[in-house]
Amino acid sequence: MKNLIADRWQKYNFLFEQLVARDFKQRYKRTYLGIVWSLLSPLLHLAVMVLVFVNFFGRTIPHFVVYVFIGLKVFTFFKEATTRGMSSLVANRNILTKIKAPKYLFLLSKNVASLLNFGLMLIILFAFVLIDGVPIHPRFILIVYPIFTLLLFNIGVGLILSALYVFFKDIGHLYEIFAMLVMWLSAVFYDISNFSETVQRLALINPIFTHIHFMRSVILYGVVPEWYVFAICAAYAAAMLALGAFFYKRYNYKFLYYM
Amino acid sequence: MTIKVENIRIRYIVGDFRNKGITDYILKKLKGEQVSRAKEFWAVDGVSFELYKGDFLGIIGNNGAGKSTLLKAISGVMPPTQGSVTVNGNIAALLELGTGFDGDLTVRENTFLRGALMGYTREFMKETYDDIIAFAELEDFQDMSFMQLSSGMKARLGFSIACLVRPEILILDEVLSVGDGEFREKSEKRMAEIIADGAITLFVSHSLGQVRKLCNKVLWLEKGKQKAFGATAEVCDMYEQAMKKKKKGA
Repeated sequence: MKNLIADRWQKYNFLFEQLVARDFKQRYKRTYLGIVWSLLSPLLHLAVMVLVFVNFFGRTIPHFVVYVFIGLKVFTFFKEATTRGMSSLVANRNILTKIKAPKYLFLLSKNVASLLNFGLMLIILFAFVLIDGVPIHPRFILIVYPIFTLLLFNIGVGLILSALYVFFKDIGHLYEIFAMLVMWLSAVFYDISNFSETVQRLALINPIFTHIHFMRSVILYGVVPEWYVFAICAAYAAAMLALGAFFYKRYNYKFLYYM
Repeated sequence: MTIKVENIRIRYIVGDFRNKGITDYILKKLKGEQVSRAKEFWAVDGVSFELYKGDFLGIIGNNGAGKSTLLKAISGVMPPTQGSVTVNGNIAALLELGTGFDGDLTVRENTFLRGALMGYTREFMKETYDDIIAFAELEDFQDMSFMQLSSGMKARLGFSIACLVRPEILILDEVLSVGDGEFREKSEKRMAEIIADGAITLFVSHSLGQVRKLCNKVLWLEKGKQKAFGATAEVCDMYEQAMKKKKKGA
């Protein structure tokens, strides 16, 4: 297994690097202002959220801007990576019907490009952390864990969606709506600690919420999350990845035959 | 070095439920209605042949005969629905070279991406990048976005990157040369070198003259079915006669 991965890496790392570079650039090249826009638009998004909700929840939630930003960015990371993963095979049909290359690389590169974007957002997040006077803590390093499990989770979801996308064109629209539902259920701008114990437990069924919860615990409150939060994050990642791999193995080449 | 193709069939699916979407699919399932099955069609339908070191195969047939699909199956891009393809030796397929580039990226970025896709190493690309651009005569366009190039330039770039391969088995989809005038000559010469270096070549062509000149074996496909496989003169004569008959009949 280890040898296999090392072997693949040896063979494909150049291609992978080129694909990631392409996916990352695509985002910033479209407009003249490119990178400025892609930083400005999440900030404006954040500003709108904060302005709208500060009167409802801002009074009871300390460091409201950081609180919302964490929720928003974790959710965006999930949504962007999975949405782009969904079309990653079909969108590269032109290449994949002519050149033999592992198709999963096209999906992984979208995920890594999204991860890089998320990394940029983390820099902004820490700017907010400093400005807002949230105490800096060595435990911050723990956020690497949920980022990693979310990355795997996203890859798994992307693999499943990319298989479905071959057969059902409208899955994109449905997914858009589904993602919106997930966002509203993920306590991006509200706090669930006012709800009953049961609701708080139930919220952990939502993987995105669990990851947001993890990041907030560490950054806002400087605490190490409960052991089961670690376990749940890992379980979501493992389950989705396994399911995704199953779908991929079964369906990844089918789209070549659909005209 | 050998290629063994055993009774392969490749099925495409046309006008399928994909156009209707998942909502429609689920609704129909819920109502217990029959979900309209996709139409199938066999692009390649029972093809078998074997090639050995030194063979140069020409594949002939009308448009839609399944020639390109067959090449894709042999190159490993599209696994056949039924049957098997066994290839011994390293293989490179040069198919529709001017397509599959990314319009948003620059010429330079596209060159590296394509090189990586072709399986070249990082070091190799860094070393040969300047030669590729020089061969394609695109020195002044390196940082332009790809969509600003003319279609001739795109084909030239595609060819220049692809023609660095040195495979044992070469698969060509009518790309013996591209461009016009001087570039045409240059690319033809380069392609002749690649072919000379390789051990087996498979080549789709609409020009019988070219096939007679280059190939020692010919495969004739019609609507996916194998009409004939054998020595060049024999199969080409059969094909020509069939075409004549068809013309008279029409």
